[in-house]
Amino acid sequence: MMEEFAPDRIVEPLLVEQAVPKRRGYLFAPLDVPQAAPLDDVFARNSVARLPEASELDTVRHFSKLSTMAYGVDYGFYPLGSCTMKYNPKVNEVTASMEGFTDIHPLQDEDSLQGCLALMYRTLKDLSELLGMKWGSLQACAGAHGEYTGLKIIRTYFLHHNEMGRNRILIPVSAHGTNPASANMNGFEVQEVATDERGLVDLNDLESKLDDTVAGIMLTNPNTLGLFEKDIRKIASMVHEAGGLLYYDGANFNALMGMARPGDMGFDVVHLNLHKTFSTPHGGGGPGSGPVLVKKELVPFIPQPDIVYHEDSGKYGFKWNEETSCGKVSGFWGNFLVVVRAFTYILSMGSDGLKAASRHAVLNANYMQALLKKEYSVPYDVICKHEFVLSLSNLKERTSVSALDIAKGLIDFGYHPPTMYFPMIVHEALMFEPTETESKDTLDGICKAMLQLKDMAEKDGGWLHDSPHHAVIGRVDEVRAAKNPVVRY
Amino acid sequence: MSKVIEGLKYSKDHEWVKIEGTTATVGITDHAQDALGEIVFVELPEVGADFEAGDEIADIESVKAASEIITPVGGNVSEVNDALEDSPELINDDCYGHFIYRMNDVVVPDDLLDAKGYEDYLSTLK
Repeated sequence: MMEEFAPDRIVEPLLVEQAVPKRRGYLFAPLDVPQAAPLDDVFARNSVARLPEASELDTVRHFSKLSTMAYGVDYGFYPLGSCTMKYNPKVNEVTASMEGFTDIHPLQDEDSLQGCLALMYRTLKDLSELLGMKWGSLQACAGAHGEYTGLKIIRTYFLHHNEMGRNRILIPVSAHGTNPASANMNGFEVQEVATDERGLVDLNDLESKLDDTVAGIMLTNPNTLGLFEKDIRKIASMVHEAGGLLYYDGANFNALMGMARPGDMGFDVVHLNLHKTFSTPHGGGGPGSGPVLVKKELVPFIPQPDIVYHEDSGKYGFKWNEETSCGKVSGFWGNFLVVVRAFTYILSMGSDGLKAASRHAVLNANYMQALLKKEYSVPYDVICKHEFVLSLSNLKERTSVSALDIAKGLIDFGYHPPTMYFPMIVHEALMFEPTETESKDTLDGICKAMLQLKDMAEKDGGWLHDSPHHAVIGRVDEVRAAKNPVVRY
Repeated sequence: MSKVIEGLKYSKDHEWVKIEGTTATVGITDHAQDALGEIVFVELPEVGADFEAGDEIADIESVKAASEIITPVGGNVSEVNDALEDSPELINDDCYGHFIYRMNDVVVPDDLLDAKGYEDYLSTLK
């Protein structure tokens, strides 16, 4: 019985489990208007809704307790590789809660929405400039949704040019798992391209896979090892020569803002993750936004409606390009308030600020890599971009302590774990992305914890196998969760 | 060091093959099961189906990742290891004792490795 009250394992029951019949947090005034006719049976529910019956105080305490069990970037360091968990400046929230942006309806008359339309137009202009692209769409609501949309644009482009035989998309083995999924969802056949000993695209392997059935290649640059694809211009000319297009997954764009442009590298379509690079909430705190930007030849195929500026009247408006557009990919304008936050970030940083952010992101990653490689093995031991990958293969072989154990051990030190077991070409991988918003003190702190964890692994691996010991939830049974998932309450 | 058994053939995709006359028995190597981690699901091929060497023949899913099994030999699937449907972890327990599928009328490519060749290959991996 006492076990349930162990102070380091406080479990908060669901609100419905805490409910007491008739307990409530409101009191309605007596009805002083005629009662409306009951709903038609078709629409009325036939069982009582199971809503929690709780007082206001019960409810506030419940959510306050839950908030102390959660972990976010406002609470501590969050070096989740490939996710760019940078700090979200609070000024973003100030603008995103302005009435002119919140108290509107997407079906309002365009004349009464000029501010919102101007903001979307200017965001697209700025993103196009940063990426070296012509124009784009803000409709996609997440990174993978952006990928899906970008590939849909490519598909529509080839449909328009009567090249439907181009049904293959090439993707490096180190790519994000969403890339093959998005290609597959668009009806493309996915083919892997090998990575060479430098950790970069294997040009010979690429050459052997290019022909007139290739629609394009999806790359992220820097790649998922945190390495810049130095041969990108060569890759671009090889793919273009074969008649294919280049897709840029913007997941790792935080390394390049203001420094290099995918458009100049030869990419034709890109998507960005505003919730990564442009400091809007990420993860459970979403929603996200995955704008897609394209080169001139692909502009006719972007989702509709497009946003346009009429020079004669000085007004902004929507333009429906039904003839060529790849269609509509989300309701109304996508996640508009996320775009407001991202635009705020762009304006508050300025072009010098964005450049400085990328410089610091790269510096922070290299600083951490330099401290950690004294004790951990770095499979691609070169100057990295904004993230780097450790391999714990040797440590595991020697001590049986795995990347998972070390990641869980970090939780006991108060840090969010890095990305684990990705990219798959590195065994026992831990992938760190510190981002630019962390101080040297924070980076020193986690590196010290990492070195201490390695010491513990050498001395007493058993303790680490059971970590975390001081979190609300201890080690979870991943095998049982995968084999017998309980996905509803 | 991962366990490698004499008398079996190996592929660079980390499958082992036991060839007896015109039949072959296939499973994944110790290196593969260790890299995958705890296996939670195996999707077996259909008995009677034909495959060529290099085809994706089955899926294997662990707590870390989902991967395809690339068949190292061609042929007609004659038997699958049904026990893996309920207990995929048998592969972690003893990957050489629990095969995934058997094939008849096998076509064996020449680039399969022997135990020594596979060990050498493993030592070149990062």
